[in-house]
Amino acid sequence: MAMSFEWPWQYRFPPFFTLQPNVDTRQKQLAAWCSLVLSFCRLHKQSSMTVMEAQESPLFNNVKLQRSKGHLFLLPDSSLKYLWRKAEGRQQTEGKLPVESIQIVLEELRKKGNLEWLDKSKSSFLIMWRRPEEWGKLIYQWVSRSGQNNSVFTLYELTNGEDTEDEEFHGLDEATLLRALQALQQEHKAEIITVSDGRGVKFF
Amino acid sequence: MDRFVWTSGLLEINETLVIQQRGVRIYDGEEKIKFDAGTLLLSTHRLIWRDQKNHECCMAILLSQIVFIEEQAAGIGKSAKIVVHLHPAPPNKEPGPFQSSKNSYIKLSFKEHGQIEFYRRLSEEMTQRRWENMPVSQSLQTNRGPQPGRIRAVGIVGIERKLEEKRKETDKNISEERGGIMSLTEVYCLVNRARGMELLSPEDLVNACKMLEALKLPLRLRVFDSGVMVIELQSHKEEEMVASALETVSEKGSLTSEEFAKLVGMSVLLAKERLLLAEKMGHLCRDDSVEGLRFYPNLFMTQS
Repeated sequence: MAMSFEWPWQYRFPPFFTLQPNVDTRQKQLAAWCSLVLSFCRLHKQSSMTVMEAQESPLFNNVKLQRSKGHLFLLPDSSLKYLWRKAEGRQQTEGKLPVESIQIVLEELRKKGNLEWLDKSKSSFLIMWRRPEEWGKLIYQWVSRSGQNNSVFTLYELTNGEDTEDEEFHGLDEATLLRALQALQQEHKAEIITVSDGRGVKFF
Repeated sequence: MDRFVWTSGLLEINETLVIQQRGVRIYDGEEKIKFDAGTLLLSTHRLIWRDQKNHECCMAILLSQIVFIEEQAAGIGKSAKIVVHLHPAPPNKEPGPFQSSKNSYIKLSFKEHGQIEFYRRLSEEMTQRRWENMPVSQSLQTNRGPQPGRIRAVGIVGIERKLEEKRKETDKNISEERGGIMSLTEVYCLVNRARGMELLSPEDLVNACKMLEALKLPLRLRVFDSGVMVIELQSHKEEEMVASALETVSEKGSLTSEEFAKLVGMSVLLAKERLLLAEKMGHLCRDDSVEGLRFYPNLFMTQS
């Protein structure tokens, strides 16, 4: 687990872990959750997860959350930090987003195109910090830039080849890559083909 | 016997019948007088005697005129009696059967029994002195002088009068003590406590309150989303109260309804409604955990 992950201010704000009844407030809250999930998964290079894992993950559990005597401080660098004095004799309580609310966050991500359920029972999902269409665009841009239209690549070459080392899609997981290529395929910019030891793609 | 006044025998508003007994004879002191067979009625305010043969002949004394009462047990050929000692008649007394009398007491003879129970009830009324808490009309004035009059209220006039009383009572409470707003439960208790008799039912109260604005009274009924009903002064602006609630919550970081109620000096019920309204308006957000429901300033909206 990368220790350098910067939790957003909401993560220390107790109401973040309660689904807000006010519709406008909820919209902001969910947007913040989606953003957090994507950046967390990106940093931890996590492309898929089960709902169980999500429930146990620090992502939806702030075990160090303190609930009362919180105050807002404006720091010299103009950032806002929600800090708290040590509450006398009070035990730390955790901030835990209930599973029903986790489901709502995941559904939001799905609607935005960043999440895909991997099974009918919705127990595990693919999480893509960039939408497949966006990845497709990046890949196609590289292909065009390097004058490699009408070339054929294996999937491995695309994500792990020397030529793509400087590209953002280098190291991309196969599931996401496939969906990116499927998006290009829809636009007739690529075709997924079968090659000798797996799958490949031809760009147009 | 000169304390009695002629009366119609009808009970006033706020006056209730306690007990009545047939076959009662009145004595002026020790003397037998012509009122030998009547129905004696005890109300919360008076002793009324009505002639059994001639119903038009009806007289009464105020309970407040009674100094003390005694029992006289029945004997051979003698009915049980109650002796009633009286204060002197007031100078402006209404007309009655006797202009003057040398006796300061009367006797009530129970020829058809019932003395024991009647005595018990009369003693009770003398102890409780309910007439002191329940004002009745001009015609029942005591030595103290004229009381504010009230006519029996019926129909729309009745409802309007009820509203007027209620308004006066709640106005005072709402403006002076309650910060411009009261829950309907609080109003219900206060109004009925003040009335004592002829209590308003909850339905009466709600219906009366629905008419407040139509009757151009400076109060209004308001129903919160939760279903809680309040009466507020027209001048009360709950939405402005919300702004000050936000300040209070911000100062403390976060507050539960109980903590807020205590700080501001409101009932927990109304405190919660105010916080919920603030949440609805987007000023506050909530943290709902095993520790309870807490409200925070809505940083989701204020922080980008």
